[in-house]
Amino acid sequence: MKLIINGESRQTAEATTVAALILQEGADPGRVAVLLNDRVVPAREREATTLREGDRVEMLTLAGGG
Amino acid sequence: MQDTLKIGDRLFKSRLLLGTGKYSNVDLMVRSIQASGSQLVTVALRRFNRERPEDDLYGPLSKLSGVTLMPNTSGARTAEEAFRAALLGRELTGSEFVKLEIHPNPHHLMPDPIETYEAAKMLVKENFFVLPYMPADPVLAKRLEDLGCAAVMPLGAAIGSGRGLQTRELVELIVRDSTIPVIVDAGLRSPSEAASALEMGCSAVLINSAVAAAEKPVEMAEAFALGVRAGRAAYLAGLMPSGCEAIASSPLTAFLTT
Repeated sequence: MKLIINGESRQTAEATTVAALILQEGADPGRVAVLLNDRVVPAREREATTLREGDRVEMLTLAGGG
Repeated sequence: MQDTLKIGDRLFKSRLLLGTGKYSNVDLMVRSIQASGSQLVTVALRRFNRERPEDDLYGPLSKLSGVTLMPNTSGARTAEEAFRAALLGRELTGSEFVKLEIHPNPHHLMPDPIETYEAAKMLVKENFFVLPYMPADPVLAKRLEDLGCAAVMPLGAAIGSGRGLQTRELVELIVRDSTIPVIVDAGLRSPSEAASALEMGCSAVLINSAVAAAEKPVEMAEAFALGVRAGRAAYLAGLMPSGCEAIASSPLTAFLTT
C-alpha cells in the first residue's frame, strides 16, 4: 500500500504497524517520535496502530536548536 | 543559603540556559555545554533521515550529566502546530519542559503573541512546564504568568541578531511585576549583556548564537557563565543608587592649599 513518509511517497506491505514501520525505516524506536495524520502516536500505542492506505506519517528526531 | 533558580518543580544552580543549534560539529556543542555549566539545554525537532546517522544528538547528549533537555516548538506557525511539536518533544526526551516558540515570519522571527498565548493555555493543561519565547510586553508577560507558565522569556532583540538588550526598559517592567522567572531569550551577543540582564533582576538568560557563532565557542560558553555569575552576584549585592550629581568619595578638605 502507499504511504507518505516524511513527505515522500512510499510502498509498504499491507497491515504494517507503526512499530514495524519504524524498524523498516532503520530508525531506533527510542530515538524517534511519530505523527500519524497530524496526531501523535505515543510509544505505547505503536504496536497496536495499523497503517492504512494513504496515511501520512512523520517520523521525527532531535536536532540542534535554540 | 545557596542561590538557586526554581523553574517548574526543578531547582537549577546555573542561570545560563544554552541552545544546541548552529555549532559546526556535535563535539564542539557538547564541550560548549560543559564549559557553560548550563543545566537546562534547548533542542529542536527534525525529520528522521536514515542517510545521516552522524546527525544523531541522542548519543552525545546522553554523555552530559545533570542536564535537563527542553525541546522547542520551532517551525510551528500556529498554536495547534506548537502543541503537536511539544507532545513530540516530550515523546523524544521525556522532559516536561517546553520552550514555546511560534514565529511565523522568517524575516524577523518575531513571536506571535496570540498563537503563543493560545498554545500556552493548551500546554499548561497538559502539565508541561511552559517557557514561552515572547515579545518584551509586560501585559502579555502577566497574562502568560496568570495562565500558569513556568517562566516568561522576553526577547532582547531578534533571534540570532546579536543586537543586545534592545528591550531593556520593557524587560525592567516585566521583572518588576513578575512572580515567575524572567529569562532574556534571543539577541544577546556578549557576556556583559548577559551580566547586565542579571543585574537588573532577570532570573537567567538563554544563549545560543552568541556561543555557537563565536570564534571559540567553548571559551565563549565559559565567558558567558562568568558574566551570568557576575550579574547575579551584583543583583544580590544591591547596586548603589545612581544620579546626575557627583558625590565625592574622598574628603575634599583643602589641606594642600594655603
